[in-house]
Amino acid sequence: MKRLTGLLLVAASFAVGTADAQKKYGPGASDSEIKIGQTMPYSGPASAYGTVGKASAAYFEKINSEGGINGRKITFLSLDDGYTPPKTVEQVRKLVEQEGVLLLFGTLGTPTNSAIHKYVNAKKVPHLFLNTGATKWNDPKNYPWTMGYNLSYQAESRIYAKYLLQTKPTAKIAILYQNDDYGKDYVKGLKDGLGEKAKSMIVAEASYEVAEPAIDSQIIKLQASGADTFFNVTTPKFAAQAIRKAHDLGWKPLHILNQVSSSVGAVLTPAGLDKSVGLITASSYKDPVDPQWKDDAGMKDYLAFMKKYFPSADVTDVFNAVGYSTAQCLVHTLKQSGEDLTRENVMNQARNIKELQLPMLLPGIKINTSPEDHSVLSQAQLARFDGKEWKLFGEVIGGK
Amino acid sequence: MNTTNKSQLLIALAAIAVALVLPFVVPDYRIFQLTMVLIYSIALLGLNILTGYNGQISLGHGAFYAIGAYTAAIMMDKANAPYWSTLPVAGVICLVVGFLFGLPALRLSGHHLALATLALAVALPQLLKYKHLEHWTGGVQGINLLKPDAPFGLKLSQDQWLYLFTLAVVVLMFVLARNLIRSRVGRALVAIRDHPVAAEAMGVNNAMYKSLTFGVSALYTGVAGALSAIAVQFVAPDSFPLTISFFFLVGIVVGGVASIWGPIFGGFFIQFAPNMADYLSKDLTGAVYGVFLLLFAYVMPTGVVGFLRKLASKSA
Repeated sequence: MKRLTGLLLVAASFAVGTADAQKKYGPGASDSEIKIGQTMPYSGPASAYGTVGKASAAYFEKINSEGGINGRKITFLSLDDGYTPPKTVEQVRKLVEQEGVLLLFGTLGTPTNSAIHKYVNAKKVPHLFLNTGATKWNDPKNYPWTMGYNLSYQAESRIYAKYLLQTKPTAKIAILYQNDDYGKDYVKGLKDGLGEKAKSMIVAEASYEVAEPAIDSQIIKLQASGADTFFNVTTPKFAAQAIRKAHDLGWKPLHILNQVSSSVGAVLTPAGLDKSVGLITASSYKDPVDPQWKDDAGMKDYLAFMKKYFPSADVTDVFNAVGYSTAQCLVHTLKQSGEDLTRENVMNQARNIKELQLPMLLPGIKINTSPEDHSVLSQAQLARFDGKEWKLFGEVIGGK
Repeated sequence: MNTTNKSQLLIALAAIAVALVLPFVVPDYRIFQLTMVLIYSIALLGLNILTGYNGQISLGHGAFYAIGAYTAAIMMDKANAPYWSTLPVAGVICLVVGFLFGLPALRLSGHHLALATLALAVALPQLLKYKHLEHWTGGVQGINLLKPDAPFGLKLSQDQWLYLFTLAVVVLMFVLARNLIRSRVGRALVAIRDHPVAAEAMGVNNAMYKSLTFGVSALYTGVAGALSAIAVQFVAPDSFPLTISFFFLVGIVVGGVASIWGPIFGGFFIQFAPNMADYLSKDLTGAVYGVFLLLFAYVMPTGVVGFLRKLASKSA
């Protein structure tokens, strides 16, 4: 008996010992805390996006009030960078070198993240779930510590390409795009998605500069090409002009509008709701104003969360759903990291998210990452505008 | 050398001594912030020569800052030029651009000049994205740079070295500015500001002096821009929003208009006031910043330097 107790004691102490050995901490992590850093445009030209950071902060507050992640509270340091790259560099250095955060999360903006891209990878700090749609964040070979979050522009384009190949393989496509990286990303995605058929299907391309006052001549040119499908890659002001002009010319193509400009209030209303009927776009999120989610559990949770933790916000603003969802994705990653909260392990777990479904994403959308694939959101569903709202149709389509 | 000069020299030497010790007692990230303070102070000194001493208002100095930054970035990225060699080039380019811009623009005065310079600041970020320049400027993606290592095998971190390098440039630029202001030229500048007709009557070529001042002012700001590109290791059109021109103007007023020391304090304000505002409230960063400005306007109407002078004269 004595011997048995002794053995048990040895075994028990061994078990305790291994449990202790499994607890591993990188900078910013301890028994009681996980420190997370972020930069956000709370001031400056892009301050409308600041609500993304506030919604994430509210979600972490909820997690903390429910006991934290495996007993550890999240300390979320979200700093203002005014959407200016020099300030982003300064704030990120503060977070990494002074505050010693475990990781950077949801930093917003393409130019701002470009400025810290090399730095965070040289420092080997996880740079997770960036709020930007550029494709370049999915480059694990050169930048193994960076991982975007949004559906990338190219992935969105490939979704449209798949849809066209399936439903309208003889389409004659005309493209209008903004002449910068954003526009070119979309065009590249469409051509990649169409593959060999790109040459025969795309009959006309026209571009415009952001500084141009109007794009009427481009629309006239595209119509004259005889195209029956119009891929509209424009930012809100130009999108409204293009919809109106195409309608006024009597051009009635299958009109695909990029997600960037799918806002009913900011684009379709000024263009004319009647003129927007039949437009097609892609979406990954449940729209809080769409009545079909009235009784959806995920939507109900979201609305209850917003009411309790972020009551001053506009629940219909999809940016809040984005901040909420990215935060959930991070909490999932940290839970999966278990007791090994080193930067290496957190990054490994971020690279190994399998079949994750988030409540505010459309049903059927799953997050899958791997060491070779750093894209997080890669699926969307198409929606058609009926004169009042976007109506989802078809299946969820993958853009990989 | 009279007593004021002597005490000024002592203060300057003490300030330099403190500045030399700082990078060895604070962490790298703080050194980076202090480097930015020094860089801003060079830009502010340039604007102060124009606005403080010559009485011309520019809302477009952010454009010269950007031109300087892009000069450095393109030279380092495309031609592998050493970082230090970019400063004189950036300075000369801005001098020429500033002078040429000054020639016609300075026929305008007061508010009209301010508008013309504003046009420059508004136009520049878009020009940087222009497709025929994209090969050089990198378009909206901008240009990433590498930070220089300390030379001669010195055991300094990159941040420490760049800080000390910037400090040397600051001292040089401040000494040159001080000598310029105290020379015949400086007196002519002030005369033009205070009484242009009288200055003209005394034989000062107003138009020429004003254009040259604009050029020299742009030179200072361009050198600061080049240093900022090296320190931040990145330039993009979004790095130079319109607000940066306003921040410069705010900086010289807060520091003290028409003072050599003012730009240092202005540099601290530009660097740290937004951080303080963010720290105090995320929802009202703009409003908090506005309150800071109002406080300065009421408590220190002549800037930090004017306030210190008043204190000194009271205690004396």
